Amino acid sequence: MENLEKLKKAFSESLEIPPEDINDALSYGNKSWDSVAHLALVASVETEFDIMLASDDVIDMSSFLKAKEILGKYGISF
Amino acid sequence: MESAFNLEGRIAFITGSTRGMGWAEAKLFTKMGATVILNGVHSRELLEQRREELKKEFNVDADGYFFDVGDWAAVQNCYNSIFKKYKRLDVLVNNAGTLEDNLVGMIRKENIANTFSTNTTGVIYNLQLAARLMMRSKSGSIINISSLVGKVGNEGQVVYGGSKAAVIGITLSAARELAPMNIRVNAIAPGFINTDFIKPLTPEIYQQRLDAIKMKRIGQPEDVANAALFFASDLSSYITGQVLGVDGGMIM
Repeated sequence: MENLEKLKKAFSESLEIPPEDINDALSYGNKSWDSVAHLALVASVETEFDIMLASDDVIDMSSFLKAKEILGKYGISF
Repeated sequence: MESAFNLEGRIAFITGSTRGMGWAEAKLFTKMGATVILNGVHSRELLEQRREELKKEFNVDADGYFFDVGDWAAVQNCYNSIFKKYKRLDVLVNNAGTLEDNLVGMIRKENIANTFSTNTTGVIYNLQLAARLMMRSKSGSIINISSLVGKVGNEGQVVYGGSKAAVIGITLSAARELAPMNIRVNAIAPGFINTDFIKPLTPEIYQQRLDAIKMKRIGQPEDVANAALFFASDLSSYITGQVLGVDGGMIM
């Protein structure tokens, strides 16, 4: 599976949003992305890519676009 | 019949586990089948010795991390290593603690900073990262070692009591927040326990403390380890946000 698809899958499953609704504009506070869902999202992204994010990155991951940027620091390209 | 206290297959990280209660917990958890990860900050030699002791007694290769629980970077490095090796964490015991008694008016600011760094800030650091590993499997048990002093106070222990009372507040709040992820958070409040902490006491103070215990004996580290095992095991699977006294009926 391509990295973009994997990231969409993580977002879709943890936020319970259809994959087609996930785009760069999706940000914290939209739809079901609240503080509780954020931690589930982080766990899902970490599991999908087999990484452990630094705490600052967990806090900074405020949109789908930002998530791609952050994952770039872990050698994951989109 | 399989033991209800079985910890087979579980990964357990115990801070401050080279001495006293932490070491008793490490031995008991290993005996019950857990893969225990040790931590110490006072002596690398002692940490290595403890790993050897677990290997000799239980034929296991326990990992050991030498760092200060109040050092955020070091804590993060530890959890990154746990993640890389095990991909999970099932049990955290926030056991590391420090104690320096001073009467009001005689408290140095360094004492406040050091005590809160280890006893309180370190608990939050470890709890936060442990919870993130536990969220992946949507299960886990976090056990914070508070103190009877954190519940009822004691002369000369404004700093220590404050740091341990904070651990109770941390426990209660984290329990509410993490319950939806099936991560349990509980605290143990030991009373007068036979550890290095009591060595500086005069014979008179020692006797006073002993006289305050209804069971008429000092607690042993193993008494606290037994309570920690209960919280680590499935026997407490529906219990969170509790503070369990292990004090022999001590009244201070």
